[in-house]
Amino acid sequence: MADVKKVATRQAYGEFLAEYGAERQDLIAMSADLSGSNKTDIFEKAFPERFVEVGISEQDMYAEAAGIAHSGHVVAASTFAMFAAGRSFEIIRNSIAHTHANVKICATHGGITVGEDGASHQTFEDIALMRVLPDMVVLNPADGVSTKILLRQEFDQDRPAYIRLGRAGVPDLYAEDADLEIGKGYLLKDGSDVAIIATGILVADALKAAEVLEAEGISARVIDMHTIKPIDEDIIVKAASECKGIVTVEEHSVIGGLGGAVAEVTAQKCPCRIAMVGQRDVFGESGKPAELLKKYGMTADDIAAAARTLV
Amino acid sequence: MKTVQELREIARDVRIDALRGIHSAGAGHPGGSLSVTDILVSLYFNVMNVNPEDPKMEGRDRLVLSKGHAAPALYSVLAHRGYFDPAELLTLRKLGSRLQGHPSMELCPGVEMSTGSLGQGFSVAVGMAIADKIDGKSRRTFVVTGDGELQEGIIWEAALSAAKHGLDNLIAVVDWNNLQIDGVVDTVKKVAPIDDKFAAFGWETFVCDGHDMQSLLDAYEKAMAVKGKPVCIVAKTVKGKGVSFMENQAGWHGKAPSDEQLEAAIKELGGEK
Repeated sequence: MADVKKVATRQAYGEFLAEYGAERQDLIAMSADLSGSNKTDIFEKAFPERFVEVGISEQDMYAEAAGIAHSGHVVAASTFAMFAAGRSFEIIRNSIAHTHANVKICATHGGITVGEDGASHQTFEDIALMRVLPDMVVLNPADGVSTKILLRQEFDQDRPAYIRLGRAGVPDLYAEDADLEIGKGYLLKDGSDVAIIATGILVADALKAAEVLEAEGISARVIDMHTIKPIDEDIIVKAASECKGIVTVEEHSVIGGLGGAVAEVTAQKCPCRIAMVGQRDVFGESGKPAELLKKYGMTADDIAAAARTLV
Repeated sequence: MKTVQELREIARDVRIDALRGIHSAGAGHPGGSLSVTDILVSLYFNVMNVNPEDPKMEGRDRLVLSKGHAAPALYSVLAHRGYFDPAELLTLRKLGSRLQGHPSMELCPGVEMSTGSLGQGFSVAVGMAIADKIDGKSRRTFVVTGDGELQEGIIWEAALSAAKHGLDNLIAVVDWNNLQIDGVVDTVKKVAPIDDKFAAFGWETFVCDGHDMQSLLDAYEKAMAVKGKPVCIVAKTVKGKGVSFMENQAGWHGKAPSDEQLEAAIKELGGEK
């Protein structure tokens, strides 16, 4: 497995922008001084006349993005998740979400796998902040391939969306013709004892955990919940009714993110036991991504351990 | 095109109807509505290329009221310009009304951007002007801000952006009434000298009398002749202009007049009873 291809979802995003920009002349990309990191530089090289460098002023970028979108464009506006969902929250709320501006907030460097930059840059709150906004679509793809598939679907829609992208390379889980659809969780592996519902780059670890559990005789279902909003209620209710419990897995606070969204559905439609794997209401710190995932309890081993408590 | 005298008469009617709306709502912002009225009347009637019959007309000029709390003045100007019946102004702030407490672009015809959270409209307008530059459109974007609003940091982020892009299709007008909710702007957090600050940020600036129609029209004319940079017009105004007991009183920033006060205000403005 040493030579498994690894691609960061941010890299797939940058490549997608350049491909999509060739098809749609009304696409404008914006960046707040991090174009090499958020990969909008790929678009910039191809279409410099449609790239807006805003400098270190994220709030200005998102308000300007609303103005550009309301002038007849689809806008991809990128910075780190901390400065998008965090610093610019109220601007996104009032100028983008409330006005239904066609802005795709493509936020990179989400979660603890930002690594060495430490707590100031490790975002565990963005999914909670974005999914509470009416009509905001929230996506968190698991690999490079699904990033491109989901981005294409989302960019074809005229509406605001938040797309969380990661810094670290992750293995490809999907084929390029995978039947993914925004708003529908994807059943990666069937199972009947426990359902693991994961989102983002930890979906790969959820699959590893399922293998470990299988070897122990525990049948684990794995669902990629790439869309946090609108959440796929049917697949959650089905899992809740057919399995003994649900494990939610996210590189995000266990408060308000995927775990919260799943619990809101089960509590109202099909109560079941839930174990949540994610950042446990603490800030992060500097370290290598793998070290941090281990220390803060978001590895395949942690997922398997959580599953065992439910069967 | 209206004469200066006609613009004054329109402004009188706009002020009266804005106050009637606020009175009917029992809430709203009379001070900043009265200070910004002449700025908006002169723009909508003599400067901007707009079509009330077709509010989304291709190639129209756009205006963002970044000081969204002056919505009563904007609505009153739009109604008198022909976007909707002035009778609707009495629905201000009421349940189900198109005339929300702060402007909604999705509800009210002629409103180009929903505003209310200060500073954002200014940055949105910069985005609009950038889009027009990219698209090669020759139309203009106007943005009207308060002076207290200039305390918002996003204003200065966006001011840098506008200068960077050489947005000579963007004209900002500052309603310089020197009052905000907590008192005198110079005391709460001084923003003066406003023109020097914008000049230092790479803008062309003009100062004018925001209640003298000719002074405003002259400033717009000069602004539209500028090439290669954005323009900021600092319009000296009086909060509560035209109603003596409201003038220069921070207390009239956000409260509705009583029946008697409305009657006195209309009388003083020269309206019929």
